[in-house]
Amino acid sequence: MQKQYPQLLKDALRTNFKIELMELVKNTTKTEGPDPMNKAASNSKKTGIERISGAEAVIKCLLEEQVKTIFGYPGGAIMPIYDKLYSYQKEVHHVLARHEQGAIHAAQGFARVSGEVGVVFATSGPGATNLITGIADAKIDSTPLVCITGQVGSHLLGTDAFQETDVVGISMPVTKWNQQVTKAEDIPEAIAKAFYIARTGRPGPVLLDITKDAQFAELDFHYESCQKVRSYIPNPELEEEQIKAAVELIDNAKRPYVLFGQGVILGEAEEELKAFVEKTGIPAAWTILGLSAMPTDHPLNVGMLGMHGNYGPNVLTNECDVLIAVGMRFDDRVTGNVAKYAKQAKVIHLEIDKSEIDKIVKADVPVLGNAKRSLSALIAAVKPNEHKDWLQRFHDLAAIEKEKVIDTDLYPTKEGLTMGEVIRRVNEHSKGDAVIVTDVGQHQMIACRYAKFNSSKSNITSGGLGTMGFCLPAALGAKLAKPERQVVAVIGDGGFQMTFQELGMALQTGAAVKIIVLNNEFLGMVRQWQQMFFDRRYSSTEMVNPDFVALAKSFSIAAVKVEDRDALDKAIKTMMEYDGPYFLEVRVEKEDNVFPMIPTGSAVDEIRLD
Amino acid sequence: MEEKKKNVYTISVLSENRVGLLHRITIGFTRRGINIESLTVSNSEEEGVHRYTIVVNDTEENVRKLVLSIEAQVEVISALYHSDDETVFQEIALYKVPVNARHNGRGIEEIVRNNHARILALESDLMIIEKTGHKEETHELYEKLKPFGVLEFVRSGRVSIVKNTKKFVEYIEEKEALSGT
Ligand SMILES: Cc1ncc(C[n+]2csc(CCOP(=O)(O)OP(=O)(O)O)c2C)c(N)n1
Repeated sequence: MQKQYPQLLKDALRTNFKIELMELVKNTTKTEGPDPMNKAASNSKKTGIERISGAEAVIKCLLEEQVKTIFGYPGGAIMPIYDKLYSYQKEVHHVLARHEQGAIHAAQGFARVSGEVGVVFATSGPGATNLITGIADAKIDSTPLVCITGQVGSHLLGTDAFQETDVVGISMPVTKWNQQVTKAEDIPEAIAKAFYIARTGRPGPVLLDITKDAQFAELDFHYESCQKVRSYIPNPELEEEQIKAAVELIDNAKRPYVLFGQGVILGEAEEELKAFVEKTGIPAAWTILGLSAMPTDHPLNVGMLGMHGNYGPNVLTNECDVLIAVGMRFDDRVTGNVAKYAKQAKVIHLEIDKSEIDKIVKADVPVLGNAKRSLSALIAAVKPNEHKDWLQRFHDLAAIEKEKVIDTDLYPTKEGLTMGEVIRRVNEHSKGDAVIVTDVGQHQMIACRYAKFNSSKSNITSGGLGTMGFCLPAALGAKLAKPERQVVAVIGDGGFQMTFQELGMALQTGAAVKIIVLNNEFLGMVRQWQQMFFDRRYSSTEMVNPDFVALAKSFSIAAVKVEDRDALDKAIKTMMEYDGPYFLEVRVEKEDNVFPMIPTGSAVDEIRLD
Repeated sequence: MEEKKKNVYTISVLSENRVGLLHRITIGFTRRGINIESLTVSNSEEEGVHRYTIVVNDTEENVRKLVLSIEAQVEVISALYHSDDETVFQEIALYKVPVNARHNGRGIEEIVRNNHARILALESDLMIIEKTGHKEETHELYEKLKPFGVLEFVRSGRVSIVKNTKKFVEYIEEKEALSGT
């Protein structure tokens, strides 16, 4: 699929590689101390061990971990690895981004839609620092990533060498684990550990910083996957006592309420969640990272929590008597003012990360453990039940919200197009089977509120960090992971301009992502806050935009602009049916606001409908 | 209810002995704006395991969350916090005092004896005094030696031991027993 360089250029590059390789091998044997050749002689008797370079070991380790796709960007300090990659093009597909931030967001999209570990390559210095936003995003949204950065030769560490940065130091606060590798023989163990840590427990990003001499030096290669790290408990034992206490509360509750987050998806507990609410008849609402863990139209799925969530789910948080939080962490966008959050309720918190328990909301019954195991234990022990009147309360409030907000969002009668009607049209054509990837802002909230989902791992958005620029590369990564799925990227005109260079990734890979830019010519969400809380002083939020359609076309991507309601449905139909990447710009009303809204500092039951 | 009042707490962390772990541990303090009053890091009796003793002055709620976040680090074996009455703790202080013709060491010896300190080294022109105790005590001795012209006064971070009968290796064994998938 990837476009190839002319043969001549390839040859030239290869000879250069070789010269550099020879020089550095000389160098490293001098500086390394113990002669690697001697070691080779003594070890070569063992079977199943081959003598290869550190760079090749990196690729082989990734193959051992079943990696088939890598997102990255080359540069000096990681050239030995890219050189080896060249020999493994059949086994592993390297996707060339146009910026390292694009590479890592693509890997995030890949990981979120597939449940596999996303892999990223970048060079030292600026290559590595360009990854930081994505690493921070993956950390707060618990996305498993293994980032491999090249580093200057170990003899140059600490000398302010060209493109040397303290990547381990810079990335430490935002990685689950990281390590520098300065010796070729340490590579297999470090990579095995990296994958193990990234995907187990509460997943997260890890980073390995591999010096150039370690990439060039040779080792006796042998791979063993990691099964445990003694200081790390990825899968805590369930405590019988806690399950019992939770069951007691659930069985006796009059108005129990489930709030679920991404822990359900990461723990692959979707079936258990459904079985649990169906057995107990408990209404369930989701955080935006939990969205799609349960089909949108399930009768017990009552909707979205948080600042721009649904009316009932927010208001009734302060009326339930037992609140069952499953794999969610009470983000402030969900709780509003915590001092006035669910004070009347007994709280049961199912959570795999011990440091989340009692962090924001005190749990009366903490249940430490993987959501799948915890929910299974609960399902077995709770008594069948139903809560018709209580569920009716959600329906009543939903009717109010429908009349005051949803109808005018989805079926507007005014002239200007709304973001809501665009999402409605997408639903009509996707039938809830598409992966919807969003950026950050008004369109994100609208898409999360209105998009329909039938299956899990279908909503991909930057939740905890709220990273503008996330969507386009994440959507491309998702499409590359699941080519058989329809992937729709919904982006604001602002966020699109943060990473639109990744249209180049779409061009080069052919990844058939359907890109919708909802153009309101404003940094809409910030403008909304300026309107509501800063006296309409629109400070630096109005955008003079380029010709997006021409821009997309310059990347050979089919592109169309829609400005009228009459043309919308057909345009979306064409887009959805198009075989290849497609770009659709929709001009929407410039100053629409997203409601409902819980203003900062207000309680969940003080949510405003206008 | 946890008190909102600030208190002195000693945080004890056991971790793998690896480059960068101190940074990983102190990040938790930086993020929450918690100042470190003292910090001692050293090898523990178990090969490859480091012990950090960190003293802070903050509310129990902040300290509890901080300690949980430290414990959540992959290569941290255990992290606990204790109030002063749950532990026995000491600091060591060294004082460098000139020996000159005017007092010729007279008076100093008596102070040293009365304060349960000791003279570690005596040179022709200076002496090095050592005292072990709580911060207030080592500071008190400093005040007493001040008139003799203390050249330098250094104090270690706290070392502390919890008043329970748990064996050190149990912390490691307990964690290890639960690790793995
Ligand atoms: C990298 C980054 N910078 C700034 C922000 C702050 N921010 C949040 S929403 C928003 C406006 C987004 O505008 P646009 O992409 O046009 O989407 P809209 O809200 O109009 O749908 C901004 C600037 C952010 N979330 N991320």
